[in-house]
Amino acid sequence: MTASLATVAYIGATILFILSLGGLSNPETARRGNVLGIIGMAIAVLATVLGPRVTPGGYAWIVGALVVGGSIGLYAARTVQMTQMPELVALMHSLVGLAACLVGFASYVDTSTVFPTPAEKTIHEIEIYIGILIGAITFSGSVIAFGKLSGRIGGKPMLLPARHWINLLGLLVVIWFGRVFLNAHDIPSGITPLIVMTVVSLLFGVHMVMAIGGADMPVVVSMLNSYSGWAAAATGFMLSNDLLIVTGALVGSSGAILSYIMCRAMNRNFVSVIAGGFGTGGGAPAAAGAAGQPAGEVAPVSAAETAEMLREAKNVIIVPGYGMAVAQAQHTVYEITKLLRERGVNVRFGIHPVAGRMPGHMNVLLAEAKVPYDIVLEMDEINADFPGTDVSMVIGANDIVNPAAQDDPTSPIAGMPVLEVWKARTSIVMKRSMASGYAGVDNPLFYKDNNRMLFGDAKKMLDEVLVALKA
Amino acid sequence: MALRIGVPKETVAGEKRVATVPDVVAKLVKLGFRVAVESGAGDAANFADDTYRAAGAEVLGTATELWAASDIVFKVRPPTPAEVALMREGGMLIGFVWPAQNPELMQLLAAKKATVLAIDALPRQLSRAQKMDALTSMAGVSGYRAVIEAANAFGRFFNGQVTAAGKIPPAKVFIAGAGVAGLAAIGTAANLGAIVRANDTRAEVADQVVSLGGEFVKVDYEEEGAGGGGYAKVMSEGFQAAQRAMYAQQASDADIIITTALIPGKPAPRLITAEMVQSMKPGSVIVDMAAEQGGNCELTVPGEAVVRHGVTIVGYTDLASRLAKQSSTLYATNLLRVTEELCKAKDGAVNVNFEDDAIRGLTVLRSGEVTWPPPPIKLPAPPPKPAGAAAVPVASKGHGHGAGEPMSAKSLAIVFGVGAVLFGLVGLYAPASFLSHFTVFVLACFVGYMVVWNVTPSLHTPLMSVTNAISSIIAIGALIQVAPPLTGSTVDRPNALILGLAVFSLVLTAINMFGGFAVTRRMLAMFRK
Repeated sequence: MTASLATVAYIGATILFILSLGGLSNPETARRGNVLGIIGMAIAVLATVLGPRVTPGGYAWIVGALVVGGSIGLYAARTVQMTQMPELVALMHSLVGLAACLVGFASYVDTSTVFPTPAEKTIHEIEIYIGILIGAITFSGSVIAFGKLSGRIGGKPMLLPARHWINLLGLLVVIWFGRVFLNAHDIPSGITPLIVMTVVSLLFGVHMVMAIGGADMPVVVSMLNSYSGWAAAATGFMLSNDLLIVTGALVGSSGAILSYIMCRAMNRNFVSVIAGGFGTGGGAPAAAGAAGQPAGEVAPVSAAETAEMLREAKNVIIVPGYGMAVAQAQHTVYEITKLLRERGVNVRFGIHPVAGRMPGHMNVLLAEAKVPYDIVLEMDEINADFPGTDVSMVIGANDIVNPAAQDDPTSPIAGMPVLEVWKARTSIVMKRSMASGYAGVDNPLFYKDNNRMLFGDAKKMLDEVLVALKA
Repeated sequence: MALRIGVPKETVAGEKRVATVPDVVAKLVKLGFRVAVESGAGDAANFADDTYRAAGAEVLGTATELWAASDIVFKVRPPTPAEVALMREGGMLIGFVWPAQNPELMQLLAAKKATVLAIDALPRQLSRAQKMDALTSMAGVSGYRAVIEAANAFGRFFNGQVTAAGKIPPAKVFIAGAGVAGLAAIGTAANLGAIVRANDTRAEVADQVVSLGGEFVKVDYEEEGAGGGGYAKVMSEGFQAAQRAMYAQQASDADIIITTALIPGKPAPRLITAEMVQSMKPGSVIVDMAAEQGGNCELTVPGEAVVRHGVTIVGYTDLASRLAKQSSTLYATNLLRVTEELCKAKDGAVNVNFEDDAIRGLTVLRSGEVTWPPPPIKLPAPPPKPAGAAAVPVASKGHGHGAGEPMSAKSLAIVFGVGAVLFGLVGLYAPASFLSHFTVFVLACFVGYMVVWNVTPSLHTPLMSVTNAISSIIAIGALIQVAPPLTGSTVDRPNALILGLAVFSLVLTAINMFGGFAVTRRMLAMFRK
């Protein structure tokens, strides 16, 4: 295959990737989109392997590596549970980051590359430096994110004193060693600053994600998604490969947009999420401000009473949150939904953009439980319908249904768009205890007259509700 | 020795309610009390003596016997002087008293060294007092009954129907005052199928009106009407003029008007004038729930239903009593809650604990000593405002470009400025080969931006996993390092090291590539209609 043919194949792959992302605009076309992506990837890999830059001597290695990696990947994809998707995605981001680092190092130690001008050599070295930098941050950040999501590391933000100064110091070190690196005359003298920078970036990635609380995980996961794209783009610059640049840019902007959507859904700006810690800007998050702590009595209900209310309702909206994922309750939720729908109850789902631990997490869980996607609605679509709803049932969510975000301007989550469950005739909140959500803000919803609390493990309680409904 | 709770038959003419019901008797007995009921006390509310007996109460023949035997008396209406005379010296009374309106009664009770808990004096702003709030439960019953009375007097259907004989329009109901009674009336009328409009001087109840199926009608005038403790206050002259105009307009349109406007300690506001009644369609109905306090309608006759200008004006003052079984049950439950608060030890003895804000508010006489009005409730002091907390959300608001709103001109200018400087720098220093890649990069960012905004939010997780799979395109970087055709100075190229690194990163990206696409496929297969 000639160089031109390979380039044309790359253009074809690029188009297929764009179409693949475009297909996701709708669940009907999404499956085809995924297939297009697979074809694009196959074309890109084949064109490279058969192209002029790979000699037949490497075929054995390539096939071997693809078989080993591919089997691991397929195995993981088949066995992963849908509740573990955020972990899997985070882990995969880390692989991309690590690969970008390794390719960068390999590219640097490769002496066979020829540069026509010194300026191009400098550009190439800057590209290597930046590529490894982003790759290393992505790698370590994703590993920590994986740890947090899978519960191996605590979800609480770890806030070092003077952490912003530590980050700034890290940045200065990186810039300083960048200069040293560019001024290095040969590879052995350049490799030391490169390694120092890599270590600093790795620490930076760890530190950055450690400082972010559990509820901000959707932002972090999508941000790391973005980084893995930029890492690929930087590698593309390094290797003068347009396909990598385009693909990296696509993935990078996709992740960036997701981060933006997530931040907007929490009414927080990106910088403050990345700067870490929730509500750490002013005082303890528990101080809900001058409007006073919501106080009063909560009205608990039993599973049987919940079933009674559901049976008598005409319109029901279910608002799932991370608690549903933790309790693995989505299948029971579907059973209840099915039963109620058979009895003519209009059951719908309201999904907040940051419900769960990654963008779209709830949708995937509900889809796994066979809930039809046309009754699963976004916050903006369903918020106007709460006043006409008889029962709104909140399963393991807290901050995303907190009326303080609208009513109390001093609340740490003031201004965050929330699902207005309290406008339904009755709202039922399923929760393990009265503990506050990740934002550490008390929820006045619990004390509203039309709110009932169903305490207990979501799965167990829903099972009881289901039994009572069937009775 | 367990105290005995006595429930006499209500003596006020037409009062059908009774202060406790058999279900509650059983619970009072569980609290350790003995319960005595006057024979026939529950008859009007359809609770026979035998059911009281079955629940564990003694039934005593006469009021005299009962009052003499009871340590605590539960009543609905304020006691008459004759009843007070029967009361035991130093006894206890729980029921409606209205101490402000009944100073003579207070004196009589004080002379008896009585301890009196006036259920109407409950501090309603305490949320834990809600379970004891008899005013609310009675108002709810009255609101329901008001609609039933209106339906009874109204000659048409409430709901619109299309019948073989033609189309019937739904009744239009206007409800003045959206307190507890008003809200109950809104819900009841809406459930019967009427078009319900409602107004209240307190703008914050609009949501509640809408949630019950009503439509909130605003007065075209800016003034806040909440007067503390959940009640309304007297409004300014300008507001009242605007309000009159609105009522006049509603009156000419509505088939049924239910008025519930009350201001504590003041005569009921005159909302519906004689002219407004005249402007109504013949056959229309007004239910004036404020009749006892003088009425919201000029033509109301308290306690009676009259027809004026072809409009039936219902001024019954005993709406709750007309639903005696329901209101007795609710009232009895309210009193049970009060008793529970008084008898925390469940030993059949009471402790009038003045440390408890709810009990303190309820108690208007303690052993003959007047303790009304109670001192204002000390609500817990609001926590001191943390210095930075208020500033933070405001400050962050300036940055976040909220839902879909366009960037401000200033930040747009900054973005363009920074962009121009960056592009300028690249243009000045970068070599030509870099620029062509740079062009591709920038364009690709824009394509990505356009494409990804079209992705439906429900597919965000598959989007992440597919972009993740696609980002394993980095494999190409590794592929071309595995075995490149070597041309340059190959002397000191660390072939083994590069091969090792490349193959390892190829394995990593392959995991991602296959795993990412496969898991996306698996997820997408689950999305179904």
